[in-house]
Amino acid sequence: MGMLKIENLSAEIDGKTILNGISLEVPAGEIHAVMGPNGSGKSTLSYVLAGREGYEVTGGSATFHGQDLLALDPEERAAAGLFLAFQYPVELPGVGNANFLRTALNAIRKTRGEPELDAMQFLKIARERMKALSMPEDMLKRGVNVGFSGGEKKRNEVLQMALLRPQLAILDETDSGLDIDALKIVADGVNAQRAPDFSALIITHYQRLLDYIIPDRVHVLVKGRIVKSGGPELAHALEKEGYASVQEAA
Amino acid sequence: MNAVAGAAGFSHRFEGLRSRLPGAKLPWLDALRGEAAESFGAQGFPTRRVEAWKYTDLNPLGHVSFDEPLTLLDGGVTLPPAIAPRVVFVDGRFREDLSDHPGARSLARHLPELEGRLGVLAQPAREPMAGLNTMLFEDGLLLEIGEGVDGGVMELLSYATACERPQAFHPRHLIRLAPGASLTLIETATGAARARYLHNPVYEIEVAEGARLTHGRLQQEAREAWHLSTVYARVAAGGVYDNFTLNAGGKLARNEIHTALTGARAQCHMNGAQLLVDGQHADTTTALDHAAPDCSSRQTYKTVLSGKSRGVFQGKILVRQAAQKTDGYQMNQALLLSPDAEIDSKPQLEIYADDVKCSHGATVGELDADQLFYLRARGIPESEAKAMLVEAFLQEAVESVAEETLRGALARAVDGWWRAEAAA
Amino acid sequence: MPAVNETIEAVQSVTDSGYKWGFETDIEMEFAPKGLNEDIVRFISKKKNEPEWLLEWRLRAFALWQTMEEPRWSAVKYNPIDYQDAYYYAAPKQGPKSLEEVDPELLRTYEKLGIPLREQEVLAGVEGAGSAADARMPIAVDAVFDSVSVATSYKARLEKEGIIFCSISEAVQTHPELVRKYLGSVVPQGDNFFAALNCAVFTDGSFVYVPKGVRCPMELSTYFRINAKSTGQFERTLIIADEGSTVSYLEGCTAPMRDENQLHAAVVELVALDDASIKYSTVQNWYPGDANGKGGIYNFVTKRAACRGKRSKVSWTQVETGSAITWKYPSCILQGDDSVGEFYSVAIANNWQQADTGTKMIHLGARTKSTIVSKGISAGQGQNTYRGLVRIGPRASGARNFTQCDSLLIGDKCGAHTVPYIENRCLTAKVEHEATTSRIAEDQLFYCRQRGLSQEEAVGMIVNGFCREVLKELPMEFAVEAQKLLQISLEGSVG
Repeated sequence: MGMLKIENLSAEIDGKTILNGISLEVPAGEIHAVMGPNGSGKSTLSYVLAGREGYEVTGGSATFHGQDLLALDPEERAAAGLFLAFQYPVELPGVGNANFLRTALNAIRKTRGEPELDAMQFLKIARERMKALSMPEDMLKRGVNVGFSGGEKKRNEVLQMALLRPQLAILDETDSGLDIDALKIVADGVNAQRAPDFSALIITHYQRLLDYIIPDRVHVLVKGRIVKSGGPELAHALEKEGYASVQEAA
Repeated sequence: MNAVAGAAGFSHRFEGLRSRLPGAKLPWLDALRGEAAESFGAQGFPTRRVEAWKYTDLNPLGHVSFDEPLTLLDGGVTLPPAIAPRVVFVDGRFREDLSDHPGARSLARHLPELEGRLGVLAQPAREPMAGLNTMLFEDGLLLEIGEGVDGGVMELLSYATACERPQAFHPRHLIRLAPGASLTLIETATGAARARYLHNPVYEIEVAEGARLTHGRLQQEAREAWHLSTVYARVAAGGVYDNFTLNAGGKLARNEIHTALTGARAQCHMNGAQLLVDGQHADTTTALDHAAPDCSSRQTYKTVLSGKSRGVFQGKILVRQAAQKTDGYQMNQALLLSPDAEIDSKPQLEIYADDVKCSHGATVGELDADQLFYLRARGIPESEAKAMLVEAFLQEAVESVAEETLRGALARAVDGWWRAEAAA
Repeated sequence: MPAVNETIEAVQSVTDSGYKWGFETDIEMEFAPKGLNEDIVRFISKKKNEPEWLLEWRLRAFALWQTMEEPRWSAVKYNPIDYQDAYYYAAPKQGPKSLEEVDPELLRTYEKLGIPLREQEVLAGVEGAGSAADARMPIAVDAVFDSVSVATSYKARLEKEGIIFCSISEAVQTHPELVRKYLGSVVPQGDNFFAALNCAVFTDGSFVYVPKGVRCPMELSTYFRINAKSTGQFERTLIIADEGSTVSYLEGCTAPMRDENQLHAAVVELVALDDASIKYSTVQNWYPGDANGKGGIYNFVTKRAACRGKRSKVSWTQVETGSAITWKYPSCILQGDDSVGEFYSVAIANNWQQADTGTKMIHLGARTKSTIVSKGISAGQGQNTYRGLVRIGPRASGARNFTQCDSLLIGDKCGAHTVPYIENRCLTAKVEHEATTSRIAEDQLFYCRQRGLSQEEAVGMIVNGFCREVLKELPMEFAVEAQKLLQISLEGSVG
């Protein structure tokens, strides 16, 4: 059984249909990429899966380990092991990064039945992970994403992923605005998570990130539905030929 | 005892008590009280037709008849834990037995020495509540810090006991920092849970050349109390007045602060937070008078409103012609947590000098949906996420306090406030 | 922005200093007796051959006015106005029957003011405005001289589109049902002291009705001129934009230089129905008084728009350079869901001028939006106050307001004041307010002068830059005129 199973999912914003019957299955241990042109519904897919308000699901289903994902609150989805790396990580002035990370981690540990971490234990783990991501330690003291450069924000997302150890990571255009070094760090972060019980859905416009995170499957999203699926070679074909050919198909 | 309600009741009481009030035999003080009584008698409690009281209605006070606190209580009060060595006033009266700060002095016992000092800054004709205070004050804190002396940290505890009938007290605090002196004064205003009272303090504060006063005020009165305070501060050249006012308790509270920067390079920070739950009305009104060149002022006020509460912020910056090179900044922000809350704000600039940098800003809004979602997407439950964002909102005002004891006391009051209210 | 690029050019074209609109027209006039009483109200109504209901409406307003007190809450200070020592009606004796019959003296007056009344002419406009003038869109003009409208151009062409553009006196005769339905519906008779006075004695003004779905093909404008001595001008303007229509309206005003203070108390009412949009621009250049504060117009004006319809929009733009006293708060009542209100203002207070101006944005409908941009310039002994209210009602969910108030001080004897009121009773509303005060920095001036600009050119340029966000809201012709006005209004303020 797939870890994430989306069947005929449709959704709209303000009465406008964005997702138009998506079906997609990501088995445990696999990494899938969803590619598509601007406006194809890529970000909507990630928000609907994570439970953001303002998106109305008009049909279909999404299950996670057989559990109805769409019935859960955003924090319940997170606790169940779903992680969304935001395309535009939100700034939280006044909320310290360390406090934020520890609160999030403990909330998730609690649902997993693991003991909460005290400040010392947390700092030890956080420092290790940060080092691996070449993040300066003072980022812990700053407000969440406040004054972070684009690259720092994305690294902060990957740091959170490394700490929260999700079973399914959705990376929403994580590659946008990253230089090649930052891209490699992010890719290493994701690859380090690879395990039989870890899956990822990489949402991207370009094939660039997929040079570093090799997907098991590639799906092409056009006008709110999957029009083509294939192996990693599909990403290269798209890079070469553009979306025009698949758009016609849709 | 009389049962006349409202302003007339107070005027009536003044007539009866005039010859027995502290300092009644001092002609200057009696004259001061007489004038105040006249203008208060004529104006009564301000109505909403008075521009300065546009958003705060004292009409409900007009229906309550207040008693004078009866006698001096001995013992029998459980006071909140101390923040620092302190001076204690119970029901407006100095309690030497409960005070442990060596510098503590009762104003009432030193009135003959205060001619030309008491009443210099207060404007009873302009501010009716200061008028009421001038009329009827019986005691207060008299504090002087000598030249170059570091007065450390002092707590001023104002505690109200529960009585059968509502009572009113009007302490007058007179504080003077000599040149180069420094002090941190933290007032805690609170009372027994069921107490109903009107606490109407007036401060007159002189900060001399190069002196520095950090003045924290934690208004955490009992839920059924009225707190109407008026602070007058005058800051001489190179002096610093740092005020933080927390407006969290009471049914109706107004903190009015009038600061005048009268010497060059004087500085003023006025910050505050208003934390409001169902049924509360809180008003912070500031008037900052830049009267000398090269002065700077910073103000940050934050209001959080829940339930059916109402918040008011009025802040005026006046820059006189002589006050060239003034640097004035003011920000007030309100966070609404409930559809029944109301916030009114009136920031104001009045500028007569051209070489100045002055700005103010105001924002009103609810919790940011993107921020809330981001936190929830990381697994933080909604209530916890909201509490984090409320604390973050208040953080900026608290962090602006440089003095550690005060900042600590504020952080304790602010952190967890919403958590506790949401859980209740 | 072209408006700003032309600054230097426009500024350079200014050669004569002072108030150049201060001449007087010598023409035979007819006056009502001096003073104000019921008979004067009846006189005006009779002169205009008004129906009974309008006379009664005026008399009701007059009765109300007599019970009211002059407002004292603003920051402006002035000597008491003697309402009995003024004429309430003054009109050229020879009333025109058509554009061709307008007294040549009047035509010359408007030519001198740069206002073309002849239809074949496009706005020759402003000297130095460039050769592109020929290509410009024509502007229909209603010219109000003291108490009466003397001419309205392009009427026939507008009528083809179903647009009614005429003086309000004419509209009372030709479209009484529209006037009766909307007059006083936005600013009621008892709204305030000056509005009540206007309701009782208003003499003329413009009337515009744009029918459903029509985009008005040209700018409509009214040019107000006070000429006669000791005369108050009480104009009344009513603009109705029916569903889905669009109109842009401009007004300009001047008066001769006189030592006395003359009263101008206008009322402007705008009504925008579903999806309608009204853009209302003002260049107010009444005589401001001399450098010693003698003379000048007292300008007490009530302007208000009702955005009644869904998605309706009203945009006020004003450049207030004239008048001894300006007291006006063009406002928007945002009733319709998704309606939009805008207020862009430049106000100058130089010499002894006093300006107390701002806006009210009353958000009642859901998702209503308002924007306020106010630029106040104080110089000489001038006092400039921004006074504004943003009120969000409990049903205005998702309402938004953004306010920016900037003040510029030139010299140390003037004053700049900001008095915003923000009242919010809606959880989901978002209100942002910013205000700043600054002066022209020495290094800015030096930089400009080092590049060869004179002190006054430099000030003009910096001031125009300061006002840019507002000036760009004006129609092109007005923007150029406004920039020149700013320059002239500030002459002598630095040095």
